[in-house]
Amino acid sequence: MIIIIINNNKRADGRDFNELRPLKIEAGVLERADGSAYLELGGNKVLVAVYGPREFYIRRMQRPDRAIIRCRYNMAPFSVEDRKRPGPDRRSVEISKITSEALKPAVFLEKFPRSTIDVFIEILQAEGGTRCAGITAASVALADAGLPMKDLIVSCAAGKANGQVVLDLSEIEDKEGEADLPVAIMPRTGEITLLQMDGHLTPEEFEKALDLAIEGCNKINQKQKEAIKKRYGE
Amino acid sequence: MIFVKDKDIVIPGDILAENEYHTGRGTFKEENKICSSVVGLIAIRNKKISVIPLQSKYIPKKGDVVIGEITDIRFSMWNLDINSPYSGILPASEVFGKEKRELNSVFNVGDVLFLRVVDVDEVKKVKLGLKGRGLGKFRDGILISITPTKVPRLIGKKGSMINMIKDHTKCEIVVGQNGVVWVKGEPAMERIAEKVIKTIEKEAHTSGLTDRVRDMLSELCGEEKEETPEKENKELPE
Repeated sequence: MIIIIINNNKRADGRDFNELRPLKIEAGVLERADGSAYLELGGNKVLVAVYGPREFYIRRMQRPDRAIIRCRYNMAPFSVEDRKRPGPDRRSVEISKITSEALKPAVFLEKFPRSTIDVFIEILQAEGGTRCAGITAASVALADAGLPMKDLIVSCAAGKANGQVVLDLSEIEDKEGEADLPVAIMPRTGEITLLQMDGHLTPEEFEKALDLAIEGCNKINQKQKEAIKKRYGE
Repeated sequence: MIFVKDKDIVIPGDILAENEYHTGRGTFKEENKICSSVVGLIAIRNKKISVIPLQSKYIPKKGDVVIGEITDIRFSMWNLDINSPYSGILPASEVFGKEKRELNSVFNVGDVLFLRVVDVDEVKKVKLGLKGRGLGKFRDGILISITPTKVPRLIGKKGSMINMIKDHTKCEIVVGQNGVVWVKGEPAMERIAEKVIKTIEKEAHTSGLTDRVRDMLSELCGEEKEETPEKENKELPE
């Protein structure tokens, strides 16, 4: 006899609809970078290094009134089950761009005219939601580098899987689910710096997912703050 | 209304105070709330709240004295790396006056100079000069770089910290405001000075540092002193 256990509202990995995967953030892990962070969110492992503000040698890209942020998001060949071909692809170019745009509003770029801030995001292990993990870790690394910022940036995804609106999609939920909604916010003011949507949601579901994602962001923000304070022995 | 104490660690976006307080370095005002913009320690001086950053890059300021390394020789100036997002220039006229001479006959690529920031314009072009007491080229010695915000801590009150290191290690030490430190002395002593300076950088935000540094110095230099008399004793019977 086959018994099918339906645990109401519980997800495939046993989480509640509004539950995050286990999260760990550490700041200042790299000796030679100006700022760095390591983040684990469930099966995701992300390492971020920040260099700068430093002199920018590409004249035509220099801004006379502010610094620019350059991001590179890169997945290690061993980060996913089937070996990923190394080097930039369409997806990683897109994520690099949206990451730098998500981080930009928080940093006081006008304090460093003509310079550049370089952010390197390396995905060591991927299990869904790496762009959000990358942004969250990058913001910790920026703060660790001593850059003046309005607020930390925190990012989290919500979406719809098995007909239910859920927080922090895992890889299976992302692939087989109906929708994915990554959000990045500045938690103090609640300003949204990144909002993407993949899949279909009704307006009501969208509202619900957005609220859920913001709630998740605020939870992650606490961990970010702890990580930075812990770096200086508190 | 104030939400923090003196010497608290804050992070970007933390709300520090409201209304009657003023914004200092490392803070910004949003509506009537004063927020921190960097990771640092709170400093409150009569109603003015500042955050002293724990890590930063050197932003050149007119009048600062800095240590720089020559990276390039141009037609009428030298380019220098001053441990900052902005490279500095040393015009030939600052060195020769009106006289015309070959630039590489005086300073070459790789030379380390002690300079003054003469001018910084709005596009952050940094003009350096060599006029002033003690400014010029360094010979030998080692360079150590620390975070520029920790330079005051390394110097100490009226130079107490730096003089203590000088006394113990018998090294010549020059500190640039850009966080570059030049040390010259006996190789073993240079290494001790480097170790001590790195410790100060790491523990700059903790209290009772001067005493700990004194202990560390006497411990490190003490070992050296013990070794020397032994050698002398051995030599004496001969």
